[in-house]
This record gives sequence, structure tokens and C-alpha cells, in this order.
Amino acid sequence: MSALLPMRATGACVHRRGKRLIGPIDLVLDGQGITALIGPNGAGKSTLLKALHGLERLSAGRIEWACPQARAEQLQAFVFQTPVMLRRSVLDNLTYPLRLVRTPRAAARAAAAEWCARIGLEGMEARLATVLSGGEKQKLALARALITRPQVLFLDEPSASLDGRATREIEALLMLATGAGTRIVMATHDMGQARRLAREVVFMRSGEVHEIAAAATFFDAPRTDAARAFLAGDIVD
Amino acid sequence: MNDLWDGLINAAWLVISFDADLYEIAARSLRVTLAALLIASAIALPLAALLAVQRFRFRRATIAVLNALMGLPPVVVGLIVYVFLSRSGPFGVLGLLFTPTAMIIAQVIIIVPLIASIAHQSLRELWAEYHDLLISMNAGRVQRIITLLWDGRRALLTAALAGFGRGVGEVGAIMIVGGNIDHLTRVMTTAIALETGKGNFALALGLGFVLIALSIMVNLAIHRLSQTETEGRW
Ligand SMILES: Nc1ncnc2c1ncn2[C@@H]1O[C@H](COP(=O)(O)OP(=O)(O)OP(=O)(O)O)[C@@H](O)[C@H]1O
Ligand SMILES: [Mg+2]
Repeated sequence: MSALLPMRATGACVHRRGKRLIGPIDLVLDGQGITALIGPNGAGKSTLLKALHGLERLSAGRIEWACPQARAEQLQAFVFQTPVMLRRSVLDNLTYPLRLVRTPRAAARAAAAEWCARIGLEGMEARLATVLSGGEKQKLALARALITRPQVLFLDEPSASLDGRATREIEALLMLATGAGTRIVMATHDMGQARRLAREVVFMRSGEVHEIAAAATFFDAPRTDAARAFLAGDIVD
Repeated sequence: MNDLWDGLINAAWLVISFDADLYEIAARSLRVTLAALLIASAIALPLAALLAVQRFRFRRATIAVLNALMGLPPVVVGLIVYVFLSRSGPFGVLGLLFTPTAMIIAQVIIIVPLIASIAHQSLRELWAEYHDLLISMNAGRVQRIITLLWDGRRALLTAALAGFGRGVGEVGAIMIVGGNIDHLTRVMTTAIALETGKGNFALALGLGFVLIALSIMVNLAIHRLSQTETEGRW
């Protein structure tokens, strides 16, 4: 049903000034649900997400979607580790991606108002997005990514600095999105969240994919020593 | 010190007596500089945004040239415009020399680099912030530029005001291309230069104070406009 998937990364590498950040990485993204990308700080999770989304130039290898690249770019969305707010009102942040694809103004505003309510920001439509709290920004960034109904959504620690309630709200939105057919790849340090949401786990370590497994298998019986140590809370790098 | 005091009194008198000459040249100063500002902004602001979002071959060189042009001596600009507009020059047939249009042309050349450089500084920062997001959302080049110009409008206003300040206070270029002709091209600054030359310090100072007041009023008015527009949202 998805025009985008499967996605195939083969031998993908990202270098920065001669230093290898990630790779070579082989990865296939298919099916439905949520893939959790886990691993220690600096493992390359953010870099991999950006590379898959086309924000990092590959120094080697390639990433192929099931449809032409230009079309593929339109069907994806990304939520950054530190949410980027446009210096506009909450409502205008939400209409922005719709207006980019020429959605009529009235329809865009209606959809934005609906999403505002869904993320608990009703009544704040006119407020400047840059003055929202961290959690509100996270939710707004997520809503702004979902409002175009992307087929694939990349999330970089969507609930990094959120309290329990806001985290649950975000997770509910993610479940709703997967229910509607959005395939999600999400970097997270919250193992509880990975357990709750993920169908598949990709464990990264020093720029490489160290282990890929179904979530249930991974959390119950990780195959590699590094994954076992990581889950136990030991220091892995 | 006495001269300054006389100047203040003179300024007050010129204003409250509705001195016809004063109001005429003040209005011309405003007209010329605001027209130049409008044209210069229309050139400089999109240029600044383009320089911020687009990587191209001579980008760095262009920015360096713009920065260098900021320090362009107005007298030299005036001289060059004069040569181009003079009867024997390439645009001589237009008969623009010694008209307000010639003064506007000279001012545009003087303030475009200033506005573009200041605008580029702030738009570059905004672009660093927006870069990943806008690329991620597939915003095209024109959409990126429009977004930067709109979301950076506060900073752009500051750039435009700097341009206004430089234009309205400029004397060298408009003296050369305008000729300081009474009732035609005489503006505040050239009138001040003239009166000073004639030894009428009090009148010159009076005009000077009026010019300063004018400049402050325009600044306040524009800031006021931008404040109401973004009330409580910034
Ligand atoms: N712009 C850059 N220039 C140089 N090195 C970089 C750059 N961006 C990232 N790195 C390096 O690449 C490696 C991977 O970084 P990345 O941000 O992908 O890690 P991460 O797994 O997302 O970490 P975290 O869990 O802390 O978010 C790190 O060693 C980091 O220092
Ligand atoms: Mg990261």
C-alpha cells in the first residue's frame, strides 16, 4: 500500500572532514509500525536518520526508495532532536507545510486548528511558537510533521525532555499515525518507550548497525554482548 | 555654545512659523530618501536572502564585494552617476541630471550594499536555524527566500532603517547629481551645506536639528508600525 517502501540502504557511509560518522550501513525498511533506533550517545543515530531522510550526503553507498527520489522526498517527514520552530504563530507553523504543497488557505487553517486541539494547544493558535515550552514545541513539531500525512516519519528523540504525561500524549499520536499507515523510525533513549511502541529494534554502536531484531526478541534475549550490556545499563561505546 | 543655542531657537522658529522653504525641502528630503529606500530594499532584501540560501560559485566573492561597497564614498558614487547622466554620458539623453530622480539613483547605489550586508548577516543566522527543517519539508528556492524574508522581517526593518539613516543624511552624492537647485533639488543636507558656506551658522544648525528630528520621527513611526503588527506575539 505504500509507494515508498521498501527502502534499502546499502553500504551507506557519512564522513565529515575525513572522519567517519556512520557506516557502512545496510538496512531495509519495510512493513508497518515503529522501528526504534537505540544505542549510546554518539553512536550515530541522528546521523543515520538524517542520512535516510536525505539531509546528510552519503560519502559511499546508496539509499533507494521504491519510488523516484523526488517523489520519495515528498512522502517523508522529520522531527528533529531539538525542535525547530518557525518564528510564526502556532497556527502558521502548522499550516506552513500544507501551504508549501499548495493546500488552499481555508483547508490548511481548518486542518491546523484540528491538530492544535489534538495536541492540546487549543487557545494558543495565535501565540508565537518560539515562546512555547519545550514540551509544547515537541508536540507542535510532531503535529507539523504529521499534518501532511507522510508515509514515513523519522523522529529523533521525540520525547527527550518531556514529563510522563506529555510523553504519553506523544506516544498516543504516534500510535494513531501508525494506525493510519505511517511507517515510523524513531531514535530514543527511553527503553520503556521502545518496548511500548516498537515492533523492530535497530541497535547502533560506534557508527554501525550492531544488531537488528524484532522488539520482543531483542529485549528478552539480545544476541550480542554489547546489546546485552547496553540494556543492562552498562557503559557501551 | 551660543551658536548651538541660536540654532535650537532657529529650528523651533522655522517649525512653528511654518516656514514654507523649510517644509518644502524637508518634504523633498523625505520623498527622495523614501523612494530610494523602497527601491533599494526591493533589490537588497531578496539579494540578501538569496545569498543566505543559495550556494553558488561567486557567493563568497559577492558577499565580500557587498561588504566592501558599504564603505563606498558617496562623493565618488555621485561623480560616477554624474558621468553616466551628463549630457555626453551614456544616459545623457534621458535628461535626468539635476533632477530628484538622479538623486534617488545615487542614493539607491549608496544604500543597497548597506541594506544587503546588514540583512544578509541576520538572514544567514535565521537560515542556519531553518536549514534542516526547510530542506526536510522540500521548500523550493523561492519558498525558502520568502520564508526567510517574512520570518526575518524584524531584522530586515533594522537594516532598512540603517539605509534610511545613511540616505537622509547623505550630502556628497546628491550635491553633485542634484546640484542643490532651489525649489527643484534642494534638500535638507544640501541646504545645510549651503547655509554653512554662506556663514549662516544659526540657520544651518536650525536645519540640522530639524533633520535630526525628522530622522527620529521616521524611525519611531516605522518601529511603531511593526509593533502593532506583531502585538504580543514576539
Ligand atoms: N557536524 C558534525 N561534525 C563532526 N562530527 C559530527 C557532526 N555531527 C555529528 N558528529 C559526530 O558523529 C557522531 C554521531 O553523532 P550523532 O549525533 O549521530 O549521535 P547520536 O547517536 O544521535 O547521539 P545522541 O544519542 O547523543 O543524540 C558523534 O561522534 C558526533 O560527535
Ligand atoms: Mg542524536
